[in-house]
Parts: sequence; C-alpha cells; structure tokens
Amino acid sequence: MAGAELTDLTVAGIRDGFRRGDFSAREVAEAFVAAVDGADALNAFLVKTPDHALAAADAADRARSEGAPPPLSGVPIGIKDLFATQGVPTTAGSRILEGFVPPYESSVTARLFAAGAGMLGKLNMDQFAMGSSNETSAYGDVLSPWRRGDGGNAPLTPGGSSGGSAAAVAARLAPGVTGTDTGGSIRQPAAFVGITGLKPTYGRCSRWGIVAFASSLDQAGPMAQDVRDCAILLEAMSGFDPKDSTSLDAPVPAWEASMSGDLRSKRVGIPAEYRMDGMPAEIERLWEQGKAWLRDAGAEIVDVSLPHTKYALPTYYIIAPAEASSNLARYDGVRYGLRVTPGQGGLADMYAETRAAGFGDEVKRRIMIGTYVLSAGFYDAYFRKAQQVRALIARDFEQAWEKCDVLLTPTAPSAAFALGEKSADPIAMYLNDVFTVPSSLAGLPAISVPAGLDGQGLPLGLQVIGRALDEQGVIDAGLAIEERAGFAAKPEKWW
Amino acid sequence: MANYIIEGDTGPWELVIGLEVHAQVTSNAKLFSGAATSFGAEPNAQVSLVDAAMPGMLPVVNGECVKQAVRTGLALGAEIHRWSRFDRKNYFYADLPQGYQISQLYHPIVGEGALEVQADEKNPDSAVRSIGIERIHLEQDAGKLIHDQHPTMSYVDLNRSGVALMEIVSKPDMRSPEEAGAYVKKLRSILRYVGSCDGNMEEGSMRADVNVSVRKANAPFGTRCEIKNVNSVRFIQAAIEYEARRQIEVLEGGGAIVQETRLFDPDRGETRSLRSKEDAHDYRYFPDPDLLPIELSDEFLSECRDSLPELPDAKRARYAGLGVSAYNAAVLTAEVETARYFDAALDALARPELANDAANWVVAELFGALNRIGANVEASPVAPAQAASLLRLVADGTLSKTLAKQVAEVMFETGGDPEKIVEERGLRQTSDTGAIEAVIAQVLAANETKVAEYRGGKDKLFGFFVGQTMKAMAGKGNPAVVNELLKKALG
Amino acid sequence: MSVDLAQVKKIATLARIAVSDRQAEALVPELNNILHWVEQLNEVDTEGVAPLEAVVPNRTRLREDAVTDGGIRDAVLANAPAAEHGFFAVPKVIE
Ligand SMILES: [Mg+2]
Ligand SMILES: [Zn+2]
Repeated sequence: MAGAELTDLTVAGIRDGFRRGDFSAREVAEAFVAAVDGADALNAFLVKTPDHALAAADAADRARSEGAPPPLSGVPIGIKDLFATQGVPTTAGSRILEGFVPPYESSVTARLFAAGAGMLGKLNMDQFAMGSSNETSAYGDVLSPWRRGDGGNAPLTPGGSSGGSAAAVAARLAPGVTGTDTGGSIRQPAAFVGITGLKPTYGRCSRWGIVAFASSLDQAGPMAQDVRDCAILLEAMSGFDPKDSTSLDAPVPAWEASMSGDLRSKRVGIPAEYRMDGMPAEIERLWEQGKAWLRDAGAEIVDVSLPHTKYALPTYYIIAPAEASSNLARYDGVRYGLRVTPGQGGLADMYAETRAAGFGDEVKRRIMIGTYVLSAGFYDAYFRKAQQVRALIARDFEQAWEKCDVLLTPTAPSAAFALGEKSADPIAMYLNDVFTVPSSLAGLPAISVPAGLDGQGLPLGLQVIGRALDEQGVIDAGLAIEERAGFAAKPEKWW
Repeated sequence: MANYIIEGDTGPWELVIGLEVHAQVTSNAKLFSGAATSFGAEPNAQVSLVDAAMPGMLPVVNGECVKQAVRTGLALGAEIHRWSRFDRKNYFYADLPQGYQISQLYHPIVGEGALEVQADEKNPDSAVRSIGIERIHLEQDAGKLIHDQHPTMSYVDLNRSGVALMEIVSKPDMRSPEEAGAYVKKLRSILRYVGSCDGNMEEGSMRADVNVSVRKANAPFGTRCEIKNVNSVRFIQAAIEYEARRQIEVLEGGGAIVQETRLFDPDRGETRSLRSKEDAHDYRYFPDPDLLPIELSDEFLSECRDSLPELPDAKRARYAGLGVSAYNAAVLTAEVETARYFDAALDALARPELANDAANWVVAELFGALNRIGANVEASPVAPAQAASLLRLVADGTLSKTLAKQVAEVMFETGGDPEKIVEERGLRQTSDTGAIEAVIAQVLAANETKVAEYRGGKDKLFGFFVGQTMKAMAGKGNPAVVNELLKKALG
Repeated sequence: MSVDLAQVKKIATLARIAVSDRQAEALVPELNNILHWVEQLNEVDTEGVAPLEAVVPNRTRLREDAVTDGGIRDAVLANAPAAEHGFFAVPKVIE
C-alpha cells in the first residue's frame, strides 16, 4: 500500500488492516512520519517524536507475530502539548515552560501507549489552552489545511485551543489525536477542519498529568476522522484514576461495539435559545438538515428550553480565569521552566519578570481577570455569582433531560475565520464558544460531527450533547448524522 | 489568674489573647501525596511530583489525616462538620510550590468546642476556665527556606511541603500569659493522648500564631497584632508579655495599634513587625476545584469515636474515684506516657484499694529515680508489672517500706523482678514471733538500765528499743510485730 | 464595576506579573470591557441558589495512609533553573 493511501486510513482502518496483515505497523508509522515531516508549513507539531512512533510500531509488529496485539497496536497518534509526556518536552504552547521535560507520563497518554499506540509528536495549541484560534501559542499560529474557495489564499484558523490536533487529523498527519476541551477546545476546532471531536463527561478521562487550565472544566478527549475512531480512542483514554480526585469510578462501556445509528425510541431536543440573533443562514440551514437526518434515523424531535444559555459565556469567563489564575501560580521560575532574574532584583522581582516574559498576552489577560474576580470584596459579586448561575445552567440541562435524550445544536456560530480576523477583540473571539461552553459548564459529554460545507467550501459541524455518562447516546446520534451527511470533503494539499 | 492586669500610667489594662495552633498531624504520608513525613531527611528526599507542584499534578486526600482531625475535634468536644471542603489560599512564596496553600476557610472539618484549663495544673484548687475553640481545619504545610548557605541565594527544601497540619483556632478567651501557656500545655497533652500530633515543639510539630490585644476593663476589644510561628510555651508567654506592654506603651503615648503580623525574637525577647510594607495581602480564597467536598459517614464517625482513648480529665476523675490524691492525679495525667504507665501498673496490681499507694510510689519513687538516671517513663528500667509486684510485696507484709526502698534501688539498677531480688538478697521481712522474741530478749538484756528507766515512766525510750531490735534484725523485722512484742516484753 | 490604572497595577502585583505603565494603561479598557460583559450575570436572579459544588455527581475517596512516593530527588530537581546541594536555589530572600 502506498504511503498516501495509508495516511488516509482511519484508526479503525489501520487497526483492522494491521490485524488482517494488509500492512505492517512499521509501514504505517513510516508513512505518517513522512507526512508529518512534509507538513512543517502547517506548524501543527511542536515536537516530532518519530522514534516513539516507530518503536511502538515495531512492538506492534512483534506482538502481532506473537498473536496478541493490544487494541491500538499499529496506530500512531498525535498528542496535544498539554499532556505531560515523559522525556519529551511539554510546553502547553507557552514560553514559560520552554525546555520543560516531564519526568512523568500523563495518565491518558500512558493508557494510550499501553494500548499499543505510538506518538508522532506533540501538537501545537493555544497557550495553556486559552484561545479559540490557536493564535495564542508562543510557538506560532497553526494554519488550517483548509482554504476558502474564493481563490484567495488567506490563511485560516484551525480553531482552538486544540488547533494543532485538528490540523493534524485534517491534513492526514495522524489518524487520531488527543485534544482537551475546557469550553469547546475539542469540538470547535473539529468543526472548523471537518473532523470529529468528542468531549466526554467530566471525570471520564483522568486529568493527572495534563497541564491545568481550569480544573472544574478541563477534559481530555479524542479527535479523529469519524465517530467510530473517536469511540475507539475514548475507550483507550478513559477509566478511573485514583490519582485524580475528580475521576469517575465507573466502568468504561464498550462504546464502539455498542455503536448504532438507529435512533428509534430516542428523543432529540432542539434548544430554542441556541437560535442566536445574527446566526448565519448556512448554520441555520445545516441545523435544520441535522434535524431531518435524525428524524430519518428514527428519532423524535422535540423543542426544549435552556433558559440560561446566554449567561453561559460570561459565567465561563469568570470561572475559567479564576481557576486559571490560581492554577498558573506555580509557574514562578523556581522549580522548572523559564526564569528571568533581573540584575539587582530579589525573589518578588524574579516572579514578576519571569511571568511577564513567560506568559502571552491572552494568558496574562485571563490571569488578571481571574485575580480580580477572586479578590477581596469581589468574590461574591463575580465568582460566587458565576457558580450560582452555573448551577442554574446545569439545572436547565437536567430539566431538558425530562423531555429528550440528547440535544442537537450547531457546534460553532461560523465556519473557520482567517487568522488575525478576531484576535484584536477578545470578546468576539470568546463568542466562538457560545454553543460549546454550556455543556462544558455542566460537565456533559458532547460530540462535533462534520455535517457539510459553507458557501466558501469550509466545513461546518453539528454538535450532539448528552446526559452525564451517556457518551453512547452522543456517539449514536453522531453516527446517525455521519451516516447521512456523507461528509467526505478533505482539504486540497498545498503545504 | 482571671484578674491578671498590667498597671499602666493611665490605669490597669486587660489582655485579650487568642491562639492559632498549627499541629502537625501524625501520619505516615502527606495530606495530598504519598511522600513520607518523617523528620530530618535529606533535602527534597521526601518530595513527590505533587509536592513540587509539577504541571498537571493533582491532590488526593489522605484519609488518616481526616480521621485524626475528627478524633481531635471529638476529644475537644467540638462540633464535627459532616460536610467540609478544601479551599485554596493564594499567595506567592518560594516555599509554596503551588502558589497556593490548600486549606479550609469556608467549611472547616471541625467547628466549635472548648478546652478546660487550670492555670496551675498541680494545684487542684486553682481556678478552672473554659477556653473556646473556634474551629479546627486541615491544611498543607509549606516547605523550608534556608538563607545562610549561600551569599546570594536562598535554598528551598520541600520535604515539609504538603505535610498535614491541623490549625486549631481558639476564641479570644485567654487573659494572661499563664493562661495561654496552660492552654497550649493542655492542648498538647490532649493531642498526644489522642495520638493526632506528637506535640514535639522543637521539631516544629506544634507552633502557634499568637493574637494579642489590650483593653481597659469592660471596653471593647482593641486592635490586635498577630505574632507568627512561636514554637515554645515559654516563648509564647514571653511574646504575649512583651507585646502587651508594647501596645500599652503605644496607646498611652497617644498612638494607635496597627493590625499587623509580627515576629518574636527569642534572643532579644521582643516582637517586631514582620512585613513593614505588608503589600496588601489578598489571599483570594476559593474552593479547590481539584478536590471534592468531604462527606463523613456514620461509620467513619463511629470509627473515630471508638478509637479515642480515655482523655486526661476523665482519667483524673477516675483516679480520684480510686482514692488517688488530687495532686497525684494531676501529675499522673499531665503526660500520656505517665498515665499509660500508671494504668498498666494499676492493671497488673489488680487491687484498686492500693491505687493511692501506687500513685505515691510512681510520683515519689519512680519519678525521683528516673530523674536521677535521666530517663523518661517510657524507658523506665522498672516495668509497670514489676512496680505492681513491688507494691504487692509491701501490701502483703513481705517488705517493709524501708526494705521496699532497698529493693526498688536494686530494681532500678538491674531491671530485675522484686520477688527475685527479695529471694536472692534475703530481704524478706520476718513476722516470726519466736525469732523476734529472741532478739528482743537479747536487746533488753543488753540494756537493763534503759529498761528500768522505761518501766519507771520514761515512755520515750520505746523508740530506742524498736530501733535496736530492727538493727539487730538487719531491718527485716515486721515493724508491727516488733512493736507488739516489745510492748508485751516491756510489760 | 470598573478598574482604574491603580487597580490594574495592584492586580498585576497580586498576580506577580510585571507590567509597564504603558501595558497597564492598555489593560484598563481591555479588562473593563470584559468585566462589563460578564456583569450581564447581574440580570440573573440567583436568590437562594446554591453555588455549583461538584460538576458531575462524585464522592471523595480517601487515600490510604501509606508512603508510596518521594525518594525521587533527581526527578524533582531535574528541571530546576538552579539547584545546589539537593536544594532548589532562588535569589536571596530577605525576611
Ligand atoms: Mg494563622
Ligand atoms: Zn494555617
């Protein structure tokens, strides 16, 4: 099989072909390593680890010859740089962690590697996962492999914060990758580049070894070409971890084996409040199309209300910065990462200069906001208030579940925008996550599935949100959309 | 002690004192990590990636620390909060790797309780006062900064980083340095009984933040200053004394007290302002999102309750009920090791009516001997069961008091059993009337003039005959029998 | 509520981020825009609403009191910008 054909395969395709003996794991790994090497123009990878991928491939080939290859044998993947990887630099896209080499492996990557996967490299991302366009990375923007159909070559955002992850899958540099989602950072980039991204229930994937942004929101999840691949990867990534106090002690279901696009007896809720003023007609149309597809799959479509939807973003932009301001206090130049010591300065100056030099503007902005909303006299007005509204948002979902099993919404309010287009206006940028943030606040599982192209030929995604722990419901509805959307578009290679 | 006052130029001043005692929880591992807690390890040898706040590291609560805090709360008769939560206290310092301390502000695990304190523990008649406990919360200790190893650098050792502390916060109920000292001693005693803290102040297992203010009688509380990290009872008392006088001087000079954090300098015996520029501390407390609330089950609470030992006050009352003098009871219960020794001796003795004899022996003989050889009660060469045997030998007349002293001396030297010592050295007391009568006959024969004087009415000579008889018997004659037979023989 | 230049500088000090006067001035409107935007929450009636405690129902698990970690000084110090004699080293702290 030629290299280009191998890199077009899905995770399931590689896994099954490898088991059948269609090709060796080594061939697959080499094909992807070459693809990664040929895609520097996208700036998707911060660190390449071909040795890791090839070693895992060789181990897979040996395991196959011995007859018992673990589930992800032969599958090379990309790892978002938010995951600590033992012996491999981990920066979270920030200068302040430049040169940091973790002496430990995150629980999620450890599980993936134990399942036989190899690592192609560490993927670029918004700094500390703060951003929706991958423009806050200290190591340069990631370019989307997609271009508008207008003939102009305006570089587009792959979305964020898992921008490198999204670009890598879309450009066929990796069949599957890890992402993390705090307010939409798996789903929005997946939608922007025409791939599938799944954020599981809060607590499904261990947060141990993932550089923290906002602890009560951060969740790891897979991004891949299709729903099945996400199910496969999530099975490998999930599971109870006693090292994470918020980890769920619940069995990991066989999502892939149970997968079905038959939605008879399912009710799909359409939240009225997600129909925003000024929503592009194309998005509106796609959403209608999604309803029709799910009805076709046997589901009953019901109207529901999530009354506090419009308050989700402001709630998020209090809670996430507050937690971040505290989580990022450990970057002080004492134990790892960047240290800037001004000539005559003492410890306090070292802190201030190190953090000034190490953090990017968006990170500083959020630390400042977070510091302010927690400070004396403001805690009740901002932070406590936001946690109260968050409780109301969670309650909205609880009430919706009395009427439906899953919710269908658009993933993002627009297709991918051009780099630089929104970076001057933080709030315009924040609005990108309007449809993804509410379910993050409530810790619910949600998937984005590519569903069509806009007038410029850019991908658009639909989102399915489910009850806590009902990843299966989300996967099944996502599959029903996927089967009917027949989304096969991929970016023309220009890099 | 209730009316301790300092006489100022403008009249008498009253002291108002509150203590925040940080007590290291006795546990093998740290509060949120599996690193060891033992004292004196090589720098950074007892540090996990969690304690060093590596990116992505997460805390997991050590159940033993929760249990110890609850047991402590129960021992102080305090309200146990079945629902509690950890908060982050945010500030930057090189000994605080996370940039925040995980503590409990909004929902501490233990609420209000009280401690009965007697200023003079050994004087059963001294006044008893109840000092309110405001709360007990669990929190992490910080690491250590070492300043004197390098001309331009400070060194950071994170061995203590993450060790569990209980912060025991009193109400501002103390009114004198002595009362504060008695409170700390009593608290330390209870913690050691419970086993939730080893109370070792030299190793930093217990240290106090001392809040001091002064006021005129019946006036509202004055502005207080907090003296941080004072690590001995003596220093706590000295710091209070100095600080109160300083505040009075300021106030009487027309000044005002600025609420601030101060440091006690034991070499100079004074307190001084710790952070002159005190750049507006704002700890930005908020619930730690890495941890879930702690909910205590009935089962957990009864486990805590059932594992509590008898506490000093209860023990004291029990001893008193056995006829032990108030003084002895106070002395025996002050330290858990002493009480443990005494209880073991009582058990071995199995004769409650001898409790006060046993108490007297422990307080007078044992303590005296231990003092001489410089050992603590746990290292006593005489085991509680051996002490009980000795007491039994006295009670059943085998040994006189005098002989008992001799036997005890040998026991302290050799660690031997009293029965054996009595046997080997022939120290047994004799009540054999025939033998005693024979000796008496000799004594009387040898002192005929004195016998005549006695019979002539010089009663005081009776003691002389007892002494002579005992001497002739090498101290082994049973004094009661000797007395009786002598009386008979002298007619 | 709005922040002024002095408050922005105070926040930056609390957050230990050095800012120049020019940066602080630029941050004033930036932060105020965000703060005014999040203050939409004041429209929501939250009387009697308990703040969210756990994102997804879950219970605290208490760890066994066993020494399972530590003794990894080399790993702990491996990334230190300055380490000497087994310690992290920082510019001298004057107390
Ligand atoms: Mg204190
Ligand atoms: Zn404290």
